Amino acid sequence: MIKQTLGAAALAAAVFALPAQAVEFNAVQADKTQIAFTYKQMNVPVDGKFRTSAASIAFDPAKPQAARASLEIDLASIDAGSQEANDEVASKLWFNTKAFPKATFVSNSVKALGNNRFEVTGKLSIKGKTLDATAPFTFKQEGTNGVFDGAFVLKRADYAIGEGMWADFGTVANEIQIKFHVVAAAAAAAKK
Amino acid sequence: MNHSTDRYSSTAKALHWLMALGLFGALGVGFYMTGLPLSPQKLQIYSWHKWAGVSLFLLVLLRFAWRLGHRPPAPVPMPAWQRLAAEGVHHLLYLLMFAIPLTGWLMSSAKGFQTVYFGVLPIPDLIGKDPDLGNLLKTVHVSLNFLLLALVAAHAGAALKHHFLDRDATLRRMLPGRS
Repeated sequence: MIKQTLGAAALAAAVFALPAQAVEFNAVQADKTQIAFTYKQMNVPVDGKFRTSAASIAFDPAKPQAARASLEIDLASIDAGSQEANDEVASKLWFNTKAFPKATFVSNSVKALGNNRFEVTGKLSIKGKTLDATAPFTFKQEGTNGVFDGAFVLKRADYAIGEGMWADFGTVANEIQIKFHVVAAAAAAAKK
Repeated sequence: MNHSTDRYSSTAKALHWLMALGLFGALGVGFYMTGLPLSPQKLQIYSWHKWAGVSLFLLVLLRFAWRLGHRPPAPVPMPAWQRLAAEGVHHLLYLLMFAIPLTGWLMSSAKGFQTVYFGVLPIPDLIGKDPDLGNLLKTVHVSLNFLLLALVAAHAGAALKHHFLDRDATLRRMLPGRS
Protein backbone atom coordinates (compact mmCIF):
# COMPACT_ATOMS: atom_id res chain seq x y z
CA MET A 1 0.00 0.00 0.00
CA ILE A 2 2.69 2.40 1.02
CA LYS A 3 4.78 1.23 -1.89
CA GLN A 4 1.88 1.81 -4.24
CA THR A 5 1.34 5.33 -2.92
CA LEU A 6 5.01 6.11 -3.30
CA GLY A 7 4.95 4.71 -6.80
CA ALA A 8 1.95 6.84 -7.71
CA ALA A 9 3.59 9.91 -6.22
CA ALA A 10 6.75 9.23 -8.17
CA LEU A 11 4.72 8.78 -11.35
CA ALA A 12 2.75 11.92 -10.67
CA ALA A 13 5.96 13.85 -10.02
CA ALA A 14 7.41 12.56 -13.27
CA VAL A 15 4.30 13.49 -15.22
CA PHE A 16 4.03 16.95 -13.72
CA ALA A 17 7.71 17.52 -14.18
CA LEU A 18 7.41 17.09 -17.93
CA PRO A 19 5.73 20.38 -18.83
CA ALA A 20 8.22 22.17 -16.63
CA GLN A 21 11.05 21.03 -18.89
CA ALA A 22 9.61 22.94 -21.81
CA VAL A 23 10.30 26.38 -20.38
CA GLU A 24 8.50 29.25 -21.92
CA PHE A 25 10.06 32.68 -21.49
CA ASN A 26 7.22 35.14 -21.46
CA ALA A 27 7.66 37.72 -18.70
CA VAL A 28 9.52 40.59 -20.35
CA GLN A 29 11.70 42.60 -17.99
CA ALA A 30 11.21 46.10 -19.33
CA ASP A 31 14.08 47.61 -17.34
CA LYS A 32 16.58 45.19 -18.86
CA THR A 33 15.19 45.42 -22.37
CA GLN A 34 16.62 47.94 -24.78
CA ILE A 35 16.42 48.89 -28.42
CA ALA A 36 19.68 50.54 -29.46
CA PHE A 37 20.69 51.92 -32.81
CA THR A 38 23.66 53.35 -34.61
CA TYR A 39 23.34 55.84 -37.43
CA LYS A 40 26.00 57.56 -39.45
CA GLN A 41 26.10 61.29 -40.08
CA MET A 42 28.98 62.51 -42.24
CA ASN A 43 30.30 58.96 -41.75
CA VAL A 44 30.48 59.51 -38.00
CA PRO A 45 28.80 56.64 -36.14
CA VAL A 46 26.43 57.93 -33.47
CA ASP A 47 24.75 55.67 -30.92
CA GLY A 48 21.23 56.06 -29.67
CA LYS A 49 18.55 54.10 -27.90
CA PHE A 50 14.85 53.75 -27.12
CA ARG A 51 12.94 52.48 -24.15
CA THR A 52 10.34 49.87 -24.93
CA SER A 53 6.99 50.83 -23.52
CA ALA A 54 5.39 47.42 -23.87
CA ALA A 55 6.62 44.03 -24.95
CA SER A 56 5.19 40.59 -24.84
CA ILE A 57 7.04 37.48 -25.74
CA ALA A 58 6.34 33.78 -25.57
CA PHE A 59 9.37 31.77 -26.50
CA ASP A 60 10.21 28.15 -25.85
CA PRO A 61 13.60 27.29 -27.33
CA ALA A 62 12.36 23.74 -27.91
CA LYS A 63 9.42 25.03 -29.98
CA PRO A 64 10.61 28.19 -31.73
CA GLN A 65 7.99 27.85 -34.45
CA ALA A 66 5.34 28.51 -31.80
CA ALA A 67 7.04 31.64 -30.50
CA ARG A 68 5.33 35.00 -30.56
CA ALA A 69 6.65 38.46 -29.92
CA SER A 70 5.27 41.93 -30.02
CA LEU A 71 7.06 45.12 -29.10
CA GLU A 72 5.87 48.65 -28.74
CA ILE A 73 8.45 51.40 -28.75
CA ASP A 74 7.76 54.78 -27.28
CA LEU A 75 9.39 57.06 -29.86
CA ALA A 76 9.43 60.02 -27.50
CA SER A 77 11.86 58.05 -25.32
CA ILE A 78 14.56 58.36 -27.97
CA ASP A 79 18.10 59.24 -27.14
CA ALA A 80 19.54 60.11 -30.55
CA GLY A 81 22.91 61.20 -29.21
CA SER A 82 22.23 64.82 -28.25
CA GLN A 83 19.34 66.99 -27.07
CA GLU A 84 19.38 68.85 -30.37
CA ALA A 85 18.99 65.55 -32.25
CA ASN A 86 16.25 64.35 -29.87
CA ASP A 87 14.20 67.48 -30.55
CA GLU A 88 14.80 67.21 -34.28
CA VAL A 89 13.76 63.56 -34.72
CA ALA A 90 10.42 64.19 -32.98
CA SER A 91 9.54 66.62 -35.79
CA LYS A 92 7.33 65.89 -38.80
CA LEU A 93 10.31 65.28 -41.05
CA TRP A 94 11.50 62.39 -38.87
CA PHE A 95 9.16 60.36 -36.66
CA ASN A 96 6.35 62.90 -36.39
CA THR A 97 6.01 61.69 -32.84
CA LYS A 98 2.85 63.71 -32.15
CA ALA A 99 0.91 61.90 -34.86
CA PHE A 100 2.74 58.56 -34.54
CA PRO A 101 3.95 58.20 -30.95
CA LYS A 102 4.78 54.51 -31.19
CA ALA A 103 6.58 52.06 -33.39
CA THR A 104 5.37 48.47 -33.19
CA PHE A 105 6.67 45.09 -34.17
CA VAL A 106 4.48 41.99 -34.29
CA SER A 107 6.04 38.68 -35.17
CA ASN A 108 4.60 36.31 -37.79
CA SER A 109 7.06 33.47 -37.47
CA VAL A 110 10.23 32.38 -35.77
CA LYS A 111 12.48 29.73 -37.18
CA ALA A 112 15.53 28.02 -35.76
CA LEU A 113 18.83 28.52 -37.58
CA GLY A 114 20.72 26.16 -35.28
CA ASN A 115 23.33 26.86 -32.63
CA ASN A 116 20.97 28.94 -30.50
CA ARG A 117 20.40 31.21 -33.44
CA PHE A 118 16.93 32.06 -34.67
CA GLU A 119 15.25 34.32 -37.12
CA VAL A 120 12.11 36.29 -36.51
CA THR A 121 9.91 37.68 -39.24
CA GLY A 122 7.08 40.08 -38.67
CA LYS A 123 5.47 43.41 -39.36
CA LEU A 124 7.25 46.57 -38.37
CA SER A 125 5.13 49.69 -38.24
CA ILE A 126 6.64 53.14 -38.04
CA LYS A 127 5.13 56.50 -38.94
CA GLY A 128 1.95 54.96 -40.31
CA LYS A 129 3.73 52.52 -42.55
CA THR A 130 3.84 48.75 -42.07
CA LEU A 131 6.49 46.64 -43.76
CA ASP A 132 7.89 43.14 -43.37
CA ALA A 133 10.99 42.94 -41.24
CA THR A 134 13.33 40.05 -40.55
CA ALA A 135 16.00 39.86 -37.90
CA PRO A 136 18.32 37.11 -36.76
CA PHE A 137 18.79 36.77 -33.02
CA THR A 138 20.51 34.60 -30.49
CA PHE A 139 18.91 33.11 -27.42
CA LYS A 140 20.71 32.47 -24.18
CA GLN A 141 19.42 31.29 -20.87
CA GLU A 142 20.83 33.13 -17.86
CA GLY A 143 19.41 31.68 -14.66
CA THR A 144 15.66 31.93 -14.95
CA ASN A 145 15.91 34.59 -17.65
CA GLY A 146 15.95 34.20 -21.38
CA VAL A 147 18.11 36.75 -23.14
CA PHE A 148 17.46 37.62 -26.78
CA ASP A 149 20.02 39.59 -28.75
CA GLY A 150 19.49 40.51 -32.34
CA ALA A 151 20.33 43.07 -34.95
CA PHE A 152 19.14 44.17 -38.34
CA VAL A 153 19.51 47.05 -40.71
CA LEU A 154 16.61 49.41 -41.12
CA LYS A 155 16.53 51.66 -44.15
CA ARG A 156 15.09 54.92 -42.89
CA ALA A 157 13.78 55.91 -46.32
CA ASP A 158 11.43 52.86 -46.30
CA TYR A 159 9.50 54.56 -43.51
CA ALA A 160 10.09 58.15 -44.61
CA ILE A 161 12.16 58.78 -41.48
CA GLY A 162 14.01 61.95 -42.40
CA GLU A 163 12.13 63.72 -45.17
CA GLY A 164 12.65 66.96 -47.01
CA MET A 165 16.13 68.36 -46.47
CA TRP A 166 17.11 65.14 -44.68
CA ALA A 167 15.99 62.79 -47.46
CA ASP A 168 19.41 62.80 -49.09
CA PHE A 169 21.74 60.15 -47.68
CA GLY A 170 24.85 62.29 -48.13
CA THR A 171 24.69 63.57 -44.56
CA VAL A 172 22.63 61.00 -42.66
CA ALA A 173 23.02 57.51 -44.14
CA ASN A 174 19.97 55.47 -45.08
CA GLU A 175 21.08 52.36 -43.21
CA ILE A 176 20.41 52.39 -39.49
CA GLN A 177 21.83 49.50 -37.44
CA ILE A 178 19.23 48.34 -34.95
CA LYS A 179 20.21 46.16 -32.02
CA PHE A 180 17.70 44.72 -29.64
CA HIS A 181 18.32 43.18 -26.28
CA VAL A 182 15.26 41.63 -24.66
CA VAL A 183 15.20 39.88 -21.31
CA ALA A 184 12.23 37.71 -20.40
CA ALA A 185 11.83 35.56 -17.33
CA ALA A 186 10.55 32.00 -17.53
CA ALA A 187 6.88 31.45 -16.80
CA ALA A 188 7.44 29.59 -13.52
CA ALA A 189 9.94 32.11 -12.22
CA ALA A 190 7.64 34.96 -13.14
CA LYS A 191 4.92 33.65 -10.85
CA LYS A 192 7.08 33.99 -7.74
CA MET B 1 70.31 102.23 -37.70
CA ASN B 2 71.02 98.56 -37.56
CA HIS B 3 70.32 96.85 -40.84
CA SER B 4 68.92 93.55 -39.70
CA THR B 5 67.84 92.30 -43.12
CA ASP B 6 67.91 88.74 -41.86
CA ARG B 7 64.58 87.33 -43.11
CA TYR B 8 62.57 84.31 -42.21
CA SER B 9 63.10 81.38 -44.59
CA SER B 10 60.41 80.66 -47.15
CA THR B 11 59.45 77.51 -45.22
CA ALA B 12 58.94 79.52 -42.02
CA LYS B 13 56.89 82.08 -43.92
CA ALA B 14 54.77 79.43 -45.63
CA LEU B 15 54.07 77.68 -42.31
CA HIS B 16 53.28 80.99 -40.60
CA TRP B 17 50.83 82.26 -43.20
CA LEU B 18 49.22 78.89 -43.85
CA MET B 19 48.64 78.58 -40.13
CA ALA B 20 47.21 82.11 -39.93
CA LEU B 21 44.85 81.43 -42.83
CA GLY B 22 43.78 78.06 -41.42
CA LEU B 23 43.21 79.40 -37.91
CA PHE B 24 41.13 82.31 -39.14
CA GLY B 25 39.08 80.03 -41.37
CA ALA B 26 38.41 77.41 -38.70
CA LEU B 27 37.73 80.03 -36.06
CA GLY B 28 35.30 81.95 -38.27
CA VAL B 29 33.47 78.77 -39.23
CA GLY B 30 33.44 77.71 -35.58
CA PHE B 31 31.72 80.87 -34.39
CA TYR B 32 29.29 80.78 -37.34
CA MET B 33 28.22 77.15 -37.08
CA THR B 34 27.21 77.06 -33.41
CA GLY B 35 24.27 79.40 -34.00
CA LEU B 36 22.81 77.44 -36.91
CA PRO B 37 19.58 75.48 -36.52
CA LEU B 38 20.06 71.74 -37.02
CA SER B 39 20.19 70.86 -40.71
CA PRO B 40 22.26 68.59 -42.96
CA GLN B 41 24.32 71.68 -43.77
CA LYS B 42 25.08 72.24 -40.10
CA LEU B 43 26.30 68.65 -39.72
CA GLN B 44 28.47 69.10 -42.81
CA ILE B 45 29.96 72.35 -41.53
CA TYR B 46 30.70 70.77 -38.15
CA SER B 47 32.54 67.96 -39.90
CA TRP B 48 34.48 70.40 -42.07
CA HIS B 49 35.44 72.39 -38.98
CA LYS B 50 36.70 69.21 -37.28
CA TRP B 51 38.65 68.17 -40.39
CA ALA B 52 40.19 71.66 -40.45
CA GLY B 53 41.07 71.27 -36.77
CA VAL B 54 42.81 67.94 -37.34
CA SER B 55 44.67 69.44 -40.34
CA LEU B 56 45.78 72.44 -38.28
CA PHE B 57 46.95 70.16 -35.49
CA LEU B 58 49.05 68.20 -38.00
CA LEU B 59 50.31 71.48 -39.41
CA VAL B 60 51.39 72.81 -36.02
CA LEU B 61 53.16 69.50 -35.30
CA LEU B 62 55.03 69.92 -38.56
CA ARG B 63 55.70 73.56 -37.85
CA PHE B 64 56.94 72.91 -34.34
CA ALA B 65 59.18 70.02 -35.45
CA TRP B 66 60.62 72.22 -38.20
CA ARG B 67 61.09 75.13 -35.80
CA LEU B 68 63.05 72.93 -33.36
CA GLY B 69 65.63 72.37 -36.08
CA HIS B 70 65.71 75.94 -37.42
CA ARG B 71 66.49 79.11 -35.52
CA PRO B 72 64.52 82.19 -36.51
CA PRO B 73 66.49 85.27 -37.56
CA ALA B 74 67.85 87.41 -34.71
CA PRO B 75 65.28 89.89 -33.42
CA VAL B 76 65.18 93.35 -34.83
CA PRO B 77 66.72 95.77 -32.27
CA MET B 78 64.02 96.89 -29.87
CA PRO B 79 63.63 97.58 -26.16
CA ALA B 80 64.07 94.49 -23.99
CA TRP B 81 60.49 94.56 -22.70
CA GLN B 82 59.18 94.48 -26.25
CA ARG B 83 61.36 91.52 -27.13
CA LEU B 84 60.21 89.68 -24.00
CA ALA B 85 56.57 90.49 -24.69
CA ALA B 86 56.94 89.27 -28.28
CA GLU B 87 58.56 86.04 -27.12
CA GLY B 88 55.86 85.50 -24.52
CA VAL B 89 53.13 85.99 -27.10
CA HIS B 90 54.89 83.62 -29.52
CA HIS B 91 55.07 80.93 -26.86
CA LEU B 92 51.41 81.37 -25.96
CA LEU B 93 50.42 81.26 -29.62
CA TYR B 94 52.24 77.96 -30.04
CA LEU B 95 50.56 76.64 -26.91
CA LEU B 96 47.13 77.62 -28.26
CA MET B 97 47.83 76.15 -31.69
CA PHE B 98 48.18 72.83 -29.88
CA ALA B 99 45.56 73.30 -27.18
CA ILE B 100 42.69 74.52 -29.36
CA PRO B 101 42.48 71.52 -31.69
CA LEU B 102 43.09 69.19 -28.73
CA THR B 103 40.20 70.63 -26.70
CA GLY B 104 38.01 70.49 -29.80
CA TRP B 105 38.82 66.81 -30.25
CA LEU B 106 38.19 65.99 -26.57
CA MET B 107 34.98 68.01 -26.59
CA SER B 108 33.74 66.09 -29.64
CA SER B 109 34.39 62.78 -27.92
CA ALA B 110 32.73 63.89 -24.68
CA LYS B 111 29.69 65.04 -26.63
CA GLY B 112 29.47 61.60 -28.24
CA PHE B 113 30.46 62.58 -31.77
CA GLN B 114 33.65 60.97 -32.88
CA THR B 115 35.87 62.84 -35.32
CA VAL B 116 36.21 60.97 -38.61
CA TYR B 117 38.92 62.73 -40.61
CA PHE B 118 37.60 63.52 -44.10
CA GLY B 119 34.81 61.04 -43.36
CA VAL B 120 37.32 58.22 -43.77
CA LEU B 121 39.77 58.03 -40.89
CA PRO B 122 38.20 57.68 -37.43
CA ILE B 123 40.26 59.52 -34.81
CA PRO B 124 40.06 57.51 -31.58
CA ASP B 125 38.05 58.92 -28.68
CA LEU B 126 40.35 59.51 -25.73
CA ILE B 127 37.42 60.03 -23.39
CA GLY B 128 33.95 58.51 -23.33
CA LYS B 129 30.63 60.25 -23.71
CA ASP B 130 29.99 62.62 -20.82
CA PRO B 131 27.67 65.58 -21.56
CA ASP B 132 28.76 67.63 -18.53
CA LEU B 133 32.43 67.25 -19.40
CA GLY B 134 31.48 68.01 -23.02
CA ASN B 135 29.93 71.33 -22.01
CA LEU B 136 32.93 72.19 -19.85
CA LEU B 137 35.32 71.40 -22.73
CA LYS B 138 33.21 73.53 -25.04
CA THR B 139 33.63 76.48 -22.66
CA VAL B 140 37.38 75.84 -22.58
CA HIS B 141 37.56 75.50 -26.39
CA VAL B 142 35.65 78.75 -26.93
CA SER B 143 37.59 80.65 -24.23
CA LEU B 144 40.92 79.58 -25.70
CA ASN B 145 39.74 80.92 -29.05
CA PHE B 146 38.93 84.30 -27.52
CA LEU B 147 42.38 84.28 -25.96
CA LEU B 148 43.81 83.42 -29.39
CA LEU B 149 41.98 86.36 -30.94
CA ALA B 150 43.36 88.70 -28.28
CA LEU B 151 46.91 87.40 -28.72
CA VAL B 152 46.70 87.56 -32.51
CA ALA B 153 45.49 91.16 -32.21
CA ALA B 154 48.51 91.97 -30.03
CA HIS B 155 50.84 90.04 -32.37
CA ALA B 156 49.55 91.73 -35.53
CA GLY B 157 49.24 95.11 -33.81
CA ALA B 158 52.86 94.93 -32.70
CA ALA B 159 53.98 93.95 -36.21
CA LEU B 160 52.10 96.91 -37.69
CA LYS B 161 53.52 99.26 -35.05
CA HIS B 162 57.04 98.12 -35.95
CA HIS B 163 56.30 98.53 -39.64
CA PHE B 164 54.58 101.90 -39.65
CA LEU B 165 55.88 103.66 -36.54
CA ASP B 166 59.34 102.19 -35.96
CA ARG B 167 59.79 101.53 -39.68
CA ASP B 168 61.90 98.46 -39.00
CA ALA B 169 62.03 95.04 -40.69
CA THR B 170 59.92 93.10 -38.17
CA LEU B 171 56.93 92.66 -40.47
CA ARG B 172 58.76 92.78 -43.80
CA ARG B 173 60.96 89.84 -42.97
CA MET B 174 57.88 87.64 -42.52
CA LEU B 175 56.15 88.88 -45.68
CA PRO B 176 56.22 86.71 -48.78
CA GLY B 177 58.61 87.53 -51.59
CA ARG B 178 62.02 89.16 -51.47
CA SER B 179 62.85 92.81 -51.00
